[in-house]
Amino acid sequence: MSSEFFIPDPEGHVPDAAGYFGDFGGKFIPEALVAAVDEVAVEYDKAKDDPSFVAELGDLLVNYTGRPSALTEVPRFAEHAGGARIFLKREDLNHTGSHKINNVLGQALLTKRMGKTRVIAETGAGQHGVATATACALFGLDCTIYMGEIDTQRQALNVARMRMLGAEVVAVKSGSRTLKDAINEAFRDWVANVDRTHYLFGTVAGPHPFPAMVRDFHRVIGVEARRQILERAGRLPDAVAACVGGGSNAIGLFHAFIPDTDVRLVGFEPAGHGVETGEHAATLTAGEPGILHGSRSYVLQDEEGQITEPYSISAGLDYPGIGPEHAYLKSTGRGEYRAVTDDAAMQALRLLSRTEGIIPAIESAHALAGALDLGRELGKDGLLIVNLSGRGDKDMDTAARYFGLYDGAAEGESK
Amino acid sequence: MSGNIQLLSDTLAKAKSENRAALVAYLPAGFPTVEGGIEAVKAVLAGGADIVEVGLPHSDPVLDGPVIQTADDIALRGGVKIADVLRTVREAHAATGAPVLVMTYWNPIDRYGVERFTAELAAAGGAGCILPDLPVQESALWREHAEKHGLATVFVVAPSSKDERLATITAAGTGFVYAASLMGVTGTRASVGAQARELVERTRRTTDTPVCVGLGVSNAEQAKEVAGFADGVIVGSAFVKLLLDAPDLPTGLEAVRALAGELAEGVRR
Repeated sequence: MSSEFFIPDPEGHVPDAAGYFGDFGGKFIPEALVAAVDEVAVEYDKAKDDPSFVAELGDLLVNYTGRPSALTEVPRFAEHAGGARIFLKREDLNHTGSHKINNVLGQALLTKRMGKTRVIAETGAGQHGVATATACALFGLDCTIYMGEIDTQRQALNVARMRMLGAEVVAVKSGSRTLKDAINEAFRDWVANVDRTHYLFGTVAGPHPFPAMVRDFHRVIGVEARRQILERAGRLPDAVAACVGGGSNAIGLFHAFIPDTDVRLVGFEPAGHGVETGEHAATLTAGEPGILHGSRSYVLQDEEGQITEPYSISAGLDYPGIGPEHAYLKSTGRGEYRAVTDDAAMQALRLLSRTEGIIPAIESAHALAGALDLGRELGKDGLLIVNLSGRGDKDMDTAARYFGLYDGAAEGESK
Repeated sequence: MSGNIQLLSDTLAKAKSENRAALVAYLPAGFPTVEGGIEAVKAVLAGGADIVEVGLPHSDPVLDGPVIQTADDIALRGGVKIADVLRTVREAHAATGAPVLVMTYWNPIDRYGVERFTAELAAAGGAGCILPDLPVQESALWREHAEKHGLATVFVVAPSSKDERLATITAAGTGFVYAASLMGVTGTRASVGAQARELVERTRRTTDTPVCVGLGVSNAEQAKEVAGFADGVIVGSAFVKLLLDAPDLPTGLEAVRALAGELAEGVRR
């Protein structure tokens, strides 16, 4: 298929030789991983300029993933957003049910090029784990997924999916037993098994080249959305919006719009029970610059550089770090970042389900909740694209408990 | 006040002049308590260790195995602060005259302030720092301040390090080179592989700085084997595990002292 489905950044916004976007990024990794991380950078540089790699990935994106994903206008939902026109970029319709497959297929092909036979990955909500397990089944790679013990409980459906696909799922019992700790454990595995193992990192964080490479693999989201909105609405949107945990779906949507300076880039972080309560994962809103998982970015930390335990109802956003390119977009003012509470996200989840017949992931519901406010601010002439990064099937147990949907339960019983 | 980088070098040179390897012990500050941690450091030195690395516990110890993760967790839950780590360094050095380094991850120092940390570590009598997630290409600011305050910058090299990179690392490092015996995180291993000897030989071709071997060493037999080809033998998790498993602190301290004695015999070949 055409290479239009995989277009590395043509406009700049490339990290420098040391892997920095402005003050953010770099490679803070143990010596044991330097050779492996360098190999990823060298192989990715070669691959992205190799027509056979680009063609193979393009073919997979079309014929396996089902790209391009739809751009769906949601007028009944938009009535609750002050009448602005809202379009959803339907990454939930991709094979495996989220945007994560875009990056996974790219890195799985890279794994084969490097001659490695085993893949490890972290996962929070399980979407990256499911996508990785899927690609490993497709390419015949051994697969181990690290997932915080708390997340294996709240996303049990995805644990079963990964095991069905042949992956080993390791429940991580250290620290906060969520995404951060799953990443720690994956790094420990990588250090010990780096000869035959690729760490298929799932977001735009980590050491260089992961932030730039993962972004390139997701850039197709914004490239498609930009073309689709011009066809459908005849103009560029006033804003594009996405939820932000590590930041992969957001940068995927934002990136193609960075040169369009009239298009606002708005990321919605998880405010959990409220930023003021301390129980949140709003890294750019409430964090400070620091180093976590291999790069300098914003992190949630105390005065002595200890990482603090994040909280969000959404397992996929429950992370005390953020990709360095988002920190850079915040520092330049090009990106805007706001925080959305658990409750606002859950209300938006139900609203989209009942007005449009689309059940979003709790992660994506943070962007939808933010879009309701953003739409009101833009007014009736506003035009907005929201990244619907994943579908909500995996969240039905959490949502059923939250809203009291099980027989005999009352709404809010889990609160 | 300048740090004790010279004391570190002199200690390694003295061991060499005695035709033996130095014994380097690791213990985390604040574990099992701040006072207990200070006593443990004194016990390991009394037992025969030449040099001590005091761990500054971190919430996300990605290069540590379960034993040190558990100890770090206990220390942090106990409320250990950087001031406690510096006090551990000060009291251990003052009581024994031995060189004491700090080993930690980069974020706590970045957050605390590089100038503030290096000045306070030097004032506490510290000899230097090991920062395993601060690679040489990110280390310029650290090295500038460490040098200013007379502190060693000990870099880690790994079996996967290519020769040209070894040369870059050893050119930037001071005090000694920490050669990781294997590809993995901290923790005891049944055997220390041939990779360690080969790495020490490759490292020696790039530098005259002493090369100490760590990761996996837990008993006198292994210490003896490593002392056959390295300038120092680094032991951490084996000491920490004794403290974790002990029914009470005095028993743990005695076990730490006894193991240090056995290992000190081992490094004398």
